[in-house]
Amino acid sequence: MPDMQTAHSPMIRLHDLQVEFRVPGKRVQAVNGVNLEVGPGEVVALIGESGSGKSVTLRALMRLHPERTTHYAGTLEVAGRDVLKMGKRELAQLRGSSVAMIFQEPLLALDPVYTLGQQITEAIRQHAPVSRAEARARALRLFEKVRIPSPERRLDAYPHEMSGGMRQRAMIALALACEPQVLLADEPTTALDATVQIQILLLLRELQRELGLSIVFVTHDIGAAAEIADRMAVMYAGRIIEQGPAAELLTRPRHPYTRALLKSRSEGAMQKGRRLDTIQGAPPDLSRLPAGCAFAERCAFAAETCLGGQPEETRVGPEHSVRCWRLDELPAQGGPVQRAEPVNG
Amino acid sequence: MKPTHSARDPRDLGGPRQPLLSVRELKKHFPLKKTGLGLRGPRLAVRAVDGISFDILKGETLGVVGESGCGKSTTARLLMQLTPQDSGELVFDGLSLGSPGLSLRDYRRQTQMVFQDSYSSLNPRMTVEDSIAFGPTVHGVSQREALSRAHDLLARVGLEPARFAGRYPHELSGGQRQRVNIARALALEPRLIILDESVSALDKSVEAQVLNLLQDLKQAFGLTYVFISHDLNVVRYMSDRVLVMYLGEVVEVASADALFEQPLHPYTAALLRSMPTTDPLRRTEQAPLSGDPPNPIDPPSGCRFHTRCPDAQAICRMRAPVFGEAMPGRSVACLKYQPGSGYAASTIALKEVTHA
Repeated sequence: MPDMQTAHSPMIRLHDLQVEFRVPGKRVQAVNGVNLEVGPGEVVALIGESGSGKSVTLRALMRLHPERTTHYAGTLEVAGRDVLKMGKRELAQLRGSSVAMIFQEPLLALDPVYTLGQQITEAIRQHAPVSRAEARARALRLFEKVRIPSPERRLDAYPHEMSGGMRQRAMIALALACEPQVLLADEPTTALDATVQIQILLLLRELQRELGLSIVFVTHDIGAAAEIADRMAVMYAGRIIEQGPAAELLTRPRHPYTRALLKSRSEGAMQKGRRLDTIQGAPPDLSRLPAGCAFAERCAFAAETCLGGQPEETRVGPEHSVRCWRLDELPAQGGPVQRAEPVNG
Repeated sequence: MKPTHSARDPRDLGGPRQPLLSVRELKKHFPLKKTGLGLRGPRLAVRAVDGISFDILKGETLGVVGESGCGKSTTARLLMQLTPQDSGELVFDGLSLGSPGLSLRDYRRQTQMVFQDSYSSLNPRMTVEDSIAFGPTVHGVSQREALSRAHDLLARVGLEPARFAGRYPHELSGGQRQRVNIARALALEPRLIILDESVSALDKSVEAQVLNLLQDLKQAFGLTYVFISHDLNVVRYMSDRVLVMYLGEVVEVASADALFEQPLHPYTAALLRSMPTTDPLRRTEQAPLSGDPPNPIDPPSGCRFHTRCPDAQAICRMRAPVFGEAMPGRSVACLKYQPGSGYAASTIALKEVTHA
């Protein structure tokens, strides 16, 4: 339930968040200055390709990265509390009861040797002083809530006995066990069939409305994001290069990278016999990031200015912001936003 | 390297009208281990592919779609003969596989496959050029010629041979590895390539590059593709015809445009409606199908889709539809389109009117 005191302050506040992995001989700058706020009851989708830092950002919210090799900097607040300063016990309290996470592969996230009922009741009793019977009754209600058929019987099932869609529902039930205010979803529908994916998206939307959850939904699938998100943030090389309300970002994208991503999904883009527009090249190496805009070397509009330094966040609408040096020089919407590029010559 | 196919391929036996590969009543069941309780009962099996028949035409791209567990990948492995069928027949350009005219070895040279996982499908201890040259040397090409062919192919798939030939798979990105896999598949100059979710693991921008490459190669080498994917947008773009599978059976085959514009089978229609929109103002309000696909160990009686079908009638539970032509160029397995099946047709006519 959203806390009334914090109804007007954001549930999640990231300011200039940086996450660096230090391994011998190498420093991988996975997240390089992310600014993001998620309000109570808001659904924000983080979109990006692999290596863009979207999952690293998400896991940082619960400080799930190995402490020894990970270096954090910047501001990371959840429900007004500084996560980077938390001790072990505070962190354990945060995980589960304030913030919970669901993953892409429930079979790996769930424990194979305990029944689902045992796993959920354990989570409940870890955080609340209730009897075993009461915890089980709550688990049953959760199973009903996520619409698992014959829930009573399914509580005694092991993860491997269920289908992919049912396992994902069970993982959502487990995540909701301690009534978190924030749900973090890391590609929860990527491994599912389209027919099951839409069921899970609808379920998440319904739970979000009913429980007033804030959701951060990480995906590379713009379609899945469009089905669930109020706002969207597009990541590239560890930065949010554009964020705004979902409808606005999808219809009036400003950053050349967002435009190219969306263009590949737009109507007519996949016409038979027509070559697909591609973004040439590959994302930069996160251990050797360029000084300038990280997208510059793949960008059709790059100029000298783009190589000099990081573009600042520029507001282009009430909640819409973009990081691009050449924002004013970009052609208007509908113009040729992408040069047709032959693949590697 | 072969030139662009303007002249007829000397390996082409039956002419352009004869299907490149005819699949006849192909069946593959995977028996389950007997457990304590089931010892006396009938032997259970996963009915992964349950008697499917279709043709792959010369020069076409045949898309294959369906939910996981519908038998797409088992079909791919059967086509490639990586797993033997229980029954059924493969006829390649008029020659039955296993007959004196076509040994497995000859067939394998003409049929190649590209898998989903670009990393596990390459030998980690072999350089890229050795992986590509391996197939030809097995088939009797000299080491020198095989290596030179490997270099040509690397250039052809967009990887500069001087930079990439000596690398190992772990030194390449996912997109680059998949290009190597494509080059390896081409090394034996096959006529049919089976692409089993070959671009599914790639990022969208890389996926587009590889799809363009596949289209170019198809043109250049006169290839025929079987394109298996769960991404319906990509299947529509790539395919000439599309085959829809459900629980080990073929439920619909049609040209890609016809299938996407006017799906006949209720399952195809639901599958298409499950694709997410990119318009947040027109979000999906109700899931087109509820639940997961049923268990292929014990598929539903009658029409296998009746448990999830919005148009199911009592007859559908009892009677299995026969896969056949419902209108020219369109085949479907549904009692709705089967004359005299006992399906009360008036209700669909009514439904179609109210939907229009």
